[in-house]
Amino acid sequence: MRREHRLNALILGLVLAVPLWAWATSEPFTITLATRAVIFAIAGVGLNLALGTGGLVSLGHAAFFGIGGYAMGILASHAQTYTPLFEWPFVLEGTKSMPVIWLLAVAASALAALMIGALSLRTSGVYFIMITLAFGQMFYYFMISWPAYGGEDGLSIYVRNGFPGLNTLDPIQFFALSFAILCAVLYLVTRLRASAFGLALGAARQNEARTRAVGIDPYRVRLLAFTLSGAITGLAGALFADLNRFVSPVMFSWHTSGELIVFIILGGVGRLMGPVLGAALYVALEHHLGGLSDYWQIYFGAILLGVVLFARGGLIGLIVGRETAHD
Amino acid sequence: MTFVLLVEQVLNGLQFGVMLFLMAAGLTLIFGVMGLINLAHGSLYMVGAFAAATVAGATGSFLLALAASLGAAALAGALVELTVIRRLYGRDHLDQVLATFALILIFSEGTRWLFGSFPLYLDIPPALSGPVALPFGIDYPRYRLALIGIGLAVAAALFLLISRTRLGIQIRAGEEDREMIAALGVDISKLYTLVFALGAALAGLAGALIGAIQSVQVGMGEPVLILAFVVIVIGGIGSIRGALVGAILVGLTDTLGRALLPVLFGLVMEPAAAMSAGASLASMAIYILMAAVLILRPRGLFGRA
Amino acid sequence: MTDTPVLELRNICKRFGAVVASNDVSLDLRPGEIHALIGPNGAGKSTLIAQIAGTLPSDAGQVMFEGRDVTGLDAVARARAGLGRTFQISSLAMEFTVLQNAVLGAVGQARTAFSLLRPVMKDRVLVAAAEAALEAVGLAEFRALRTDELSHGQRRQLEVAVALTLRPRAFLMDEPMAGLGMEGTAAMTGFLDTLRQRAPILLVEHDMDAVFRLADRISVLVYGEIVATGRPDEIRADAAVRSAYLGEATP
Repeated sequence: MRREHRLNALILGLVLAVPLWAWATSEPFTITLATRAVIFAIAGVGLNLALGTGGLVSLGHAAFFGIGGYAMGILASHAQTYTPLFEWPFVLEGTKSMPVIWLLAVAASALAALMIGALSLRTSGVYFIMITLAFGQMFYYFMISWPAYGGEDGLSIYVRNGFPGLNTLDPIQFFALSFAILCAVLYLVTRLRASAFGLALGAARQNEARTRAVGIDPYRVRLLAFTLSGAITGLAGALFADLNRFVSPVMFSWHTSGELIVFIILGGVGRLMGPVLGAALYVALEHHLGGLSDYWQIYFGAILLGVVLFARGGLIGLIVGRETAHD
Repeated sequence: MTFVLLVEQVLNGLQFGVMLFLMAAGLTLIFGVMGLINLAHGSLYMVGAFAAATVAGATGSFLLALAASLGAAALAGALVELTVIRRLYGRDHLDQVLATFALILIFSEGTRWLFGSFPLYLDIPPALSGPVALPFGIDYPRYRLALIGIGLAVAAALFLLISRTRLGIQIRAGEEDREMIAALGVDISKLYTLVFALGAALAGLAGALIGAIQSVQVGMGEPVLILAFVVIVIGGIGSIRGALVGAILVGLTDTLGRALLPVLFGLVMEPAAAMSAGASLASMAIYILMAAVLILRPRGLFGRA
Repeated sequence: MTDTPVLELRNICKRFGAVVASNDVSLDLRPGEIHALIGPNGAGKSTLIAQIAGTLPSDAGQVMFEGRDVTGLDAVARARAGLGRTFQISSLAMEFTVLQNAVLGAVGQARTAFSLLRPVMKDRVLVAAAEAALEAVGLAEFRALRTDELSHGQRRQLEVAVALTLRPRAFLMDEPMAGLGMEGTAAMTGFLDTLRQRAPILLVEHDMDAVFRLADRISVLVYGEIVATGRPDEIRADAAVRSAYLGEATP
């Protein structure tokens, strides 16, 4: 446990140090890569609440990532053209303010997660995997066939949205903002995991009958976990859209869902920092392997296969050993 | 929408449905017997299509192409089962999802590396090209009608295989009780390889047959895979009959939704708005169907309670 | 023994296809008593416990708890109503520590499962309740161990401890002595003997010495039917019981 704490601090330190070093040596592209990793990490930490702590293997979290992204895209595009989103029952104007966008991204993705969760949590195991995958894909096809916001081509935003007191166009400032959110999300998830709710969620994963026998309804606990998880992933989606100043249905694609799970398994399932290490590793591999070969995903697939078959605890598991009981 | 068009759309839906069945049957068998969720099933579909396109290009024979699709997909399936999949049987679903996701990456990029990013084309054989005249003055593509026939024939063969043959008895025993079947003296690992290869062959065949009306390209299996999952959720995991009913329901819902919803919306909306609203809703129709089944029967139409 | 029953089964039935698991079972559990349910393997004891706990719906009949019809309630609602059960096969969160499992019960009892941000293992009230329960079953020194590191007997004890944290108004215990060994069985017997003062116990148990020492009343279940109910000495003398257990021909 203590070892894992130290490792966690080291991981977070590295994630902070790389872009700072890049900033000092004027390599903005590296900062952007680090920002990408941090945003993926937020999405992964969100998914890990459901998947790691709750044992809910969602293959549809791209839906929430995409909804967060489109919340940004839609609000910013309306602000760009000075047209309201709708005028009835009340007028909703577009906005270029990140805090407002985040709020709506979180609300929209939480709502979607609540609805998808309410349906798919009626089932479990392999059904749950297939159903979350299917609902995720529903959003993908819907965005492709819905022409109002760019359809298949997506939406471009000309200028990155603003945050009070920051110049978000400066890569290091946007990185700092994303990093601060990652820290806030990590803090939130740590608190959640240590709470009575976290205990009940872990119990529901390990032994459903036991959870019921103490008078706790696993369905409701899981539904809340799934909703919070979707909301966090949605927030990451809004940041990701702002990083690229572009959203497209690709954010909804099931490959995105798969990649989010990959972050978690690379780092270590159920570990607080698993997705952070995993996302950093993924972005590094994507960058370096991608530079070596056009077909880098073959190598990446092989690495992933190796991790799944032979290193089940992920990287953190390799370093600190089996997860010990805490407290 | 005229009667003729409606019949055509129903036939299209059926054709789509029976092809989905070929995919879903393999997936549901593999899950039923081995308890494995295989995301890479779509890759086997793709392998079948590429094998068929290559052989057809070299020999000009559609029959040889179909044989190649069956053979190549079964071989790829058996190979993957022997090297990777069998390590996953005892694992939890998360490991299965990730490992088979990794296989997709390897298959897709490997195919891109071998064949390039441009789509290949597989021609409809002359004997099956052109329209065929049906009653009520309906002209329908002969090839699509043949697909319905082939799909139903394969479904019938599969039912016979499972209800009448030794292999079928072993498969059913495996679905009932995995420990039991080992006690009966069946070579379980051989049975598993065989079932996996059989599922792969069905997927490969579907890939080749569909490849002739769409293009053969990397990633072609993934949309079909996800639809096959919807089919299985609707039909109930492990049930071949459920897969058939689910596949036809999904095929009809999707096809008719795309054809009819814009028309229906057109009754109350302007044409342009009706087109886009209808198309958007149609893209969600099968998922709404799935949600409805889930609310009414969480284990699927033919799933065990 | 004229008190109104805490728990009452009225004509409970359950069939699995052609197999009748419980057939028209009626029995009651009165304040302050241990009512043992015995019977040969496959008699349907665990099925009956599951029907009472609400994990298995009954085909017919009623379950009354404290005068209230709970037949339509699921396992969660029945646990909340005050039915505390232990499982025949230990059913615990194996990755948790012993203490965490007990705290889980306390969380269920306090209904704070939706407390999102307060660290639960630092909640004095819940942890104290959990530790008291561990103390009562003799597991206090193992509180920091991972549950999957416990012996089978210790897991049985933890099952009972978790049930204690629920502060139930009736206990359903499915073989709490299994795998305990001589010493453990003696300790558990002594403990259950005092526990009946807190809440009555419906006890399924194979250890006949313990059953006849503890039970105020015994019901014998054979092929899903109650063939006899009575005081231990009555049961000992009952012909139907002897025939069911010992294969003696009924005279």
